[in-house]
Amino acid sequence: MPRRHLAPLAALLLVALFPLSGATFYVELTTKIMIMAIFALSLDLLVGWTGLVSFGHAAYFGVGAYTLALLSPKAAAAGMWSSLALAIAVAAVCALVVGIFVLRTRGIYFIMVTLAFAQMFYFVFHDTDVGGGSDGRYVNVKPDASILGFTPFDFDRPVHVYYVVLAMLVLVFLFLQRVLRSPFGRALSGIRANEQRMRALGFPVMAYKLAAFTLAGGLAGLAGWLLAAQSGFVNPEILSWHQSGNVLLMVILGGAGTPYGPIAGAFALTLLHELFSTLTTHWQLWLGISIVLIVLFMPGGLGHLVRRVRASLFGGGRDV
Amino acid sequence: MSDPILEAAGLTRRFGGLAACDGVAIALRRGELHALLGPNGAGKSTLINLLSGDLKPTSGSIRMKGEEIAQLPPERRSLRGIGRSYQKTNIFGGFTVFENARLAAQSRDPRSWAIGSDAGRDPVSRERAQRALGLAGLDAGTERKAGALSHGEQRQLEIAMVLATEPEVLLLDEPLAGMGAEESARMVALLKRLAGTHAILLVEHDMDAVFALADRITVMVNGQVLESGPPAQIRASERVQRAYLGHGDG
Repeated sequence: MPRRHLAPLAALLLVALFPLSGATFYVELTTKIMIMAIFALSLDLLVGWTGLVSFGHAAYFGVGAYTLALLSPKAAAAGMWSSLALAIAVAAVCALVVGIFVLRTRGIYFIMVTLAFAQMFYFVFHDTDVGGGSDGRYVNVKPDASILGFTPFDFDRPVHVYYVVLAMLVLVFLFLQRVLRSPFGRALSGIRANEQRMRALGFPVMAYKLAAFTLAGGLAGLAGWLLAAQSGFVNPEILSWHQSGNVLLMVILGGAGTPYGPIAGAFALTLLHELFSTLTTHWQLWLGISIVLIVLFMPGGLGHLVRRVRASLFGGGRDV
Repeated sequence: MSDPILEAAGLTRRFGGLAACDGVAIALRRGELHALLGPNGAGKSTLINLLSGDLKPTSGSIRMKGEEIAQLPPERRSLRGIGRSYQKTNIFGGFTVFENARLAAQSRDPRSWAIGSDAGRDPVSRERAQRALGLAGLDAGTERKAGALSHGEQRQLEIAMVLATEPEVLLLDEPLAGMGAEESARMVALLKRLAGTHAILLVEHDMDAVFALADRITVMVNGQVLESGPPAQIRASERVQRAYLGHGDG
């Protein structure tokens, strides 16, 4: 096995064994971080790999979460597999429709227009009764994971949820790694590097971007479904612009376009937040300062720091 | 004379009040290398950009094998068989040399949309890339980063990427610019070989190369065609002498 897989596998082992500590609060916190990590990975497909800085990715996250909430009857459980598939599909369709409009713009306009569309989604859930308005909606009974009468796990048990989310994170990570090595993924990298040249070579750039936008939306929907299933509650804050900014920060902090960057970013940002909010009421100030420092001294994010350390330890850089 | 593959008529592109290309007519035939001459600012690159689709014409028509393509975006024209190189090297500097060519070849492959397979192991695009790199004389060291190549090698890669798409029409914007004598000679030999089976439009300032290679030459000045014909006719033309060759501008 190549040596570069060692550190990630060790980290995975650590995370897999962590629930044995019995620290329920931290098990739930880590579950939340891993959900955000899936969300951040989906955004990095756009930001890091296609060069599309979306500032409205929370819309699809929220749509995934609300799909589960709306599918869950008041006093019964929604089926896990069907509602999960539907959450991914609905989020992907929303991204497809929005993508048709927003992908006509670029640069700062793209950032602004994705934000504007996300705000529309926000106000649909905030100002109408579809999802319980600004109060949100409970998932009274957690989804039912049974397949053909066999129930592999129980969403009422935090440790079960932890391992489901961990498994999803690993699957999404492996899936995206595979996509990025595929012809489709190589085309996305080409588009990020030089869109004009890709068009001159005959690539229908718009269609590729739309496919990436749709795929990223679907995966964000998956993360949203997991959030609703874990917390048992959805409200419009899930699709607010804070959330879009938060996940974008995770990607940038961790290192856009690096395999583990978005995951590292999700852990770093959430743990910094936890750390400062237990220490001081002015946690936002300290969080802001640390973000500025990280971005200032590690312009490529944490992912690039890892690469640099590895290069100086083992010699020779390995680039994507 | 065979029918032209690519034919433009009345091709005009205005930037504000300036007509960078003003009623240009040009025809490219298979097996013919057509050189485009003219002082800087004559509209040569604009014409290439109009033919490739990087720019949309203000008016005029472009026909590819009889079909109107003036309104098609560059990617659709590329798929119809028009390949172009850029005056300013336009490669993927962060990719390896091989991956630059492989990605270019992938554009012709219906499996370009696949998400499950490993692009780097795709035999079809690999083979095409290898062939194109070989033609352009870039066989060795293809695992180097493209951005780390010498200027001349980057120009070769620029051509290899175009060839990897296996076009019928080649629009080449100053492929010899900045090349050393040896690289230049190799490129001239390659162009000569390609001219047998392709329709080529060549913008080039190197007069020796142009007169050695061209079957037909069009001279542009101020966005208009001044003279068009076989090299001997251009060499003898007084208008060309006066407007261009005499200036020593090229």
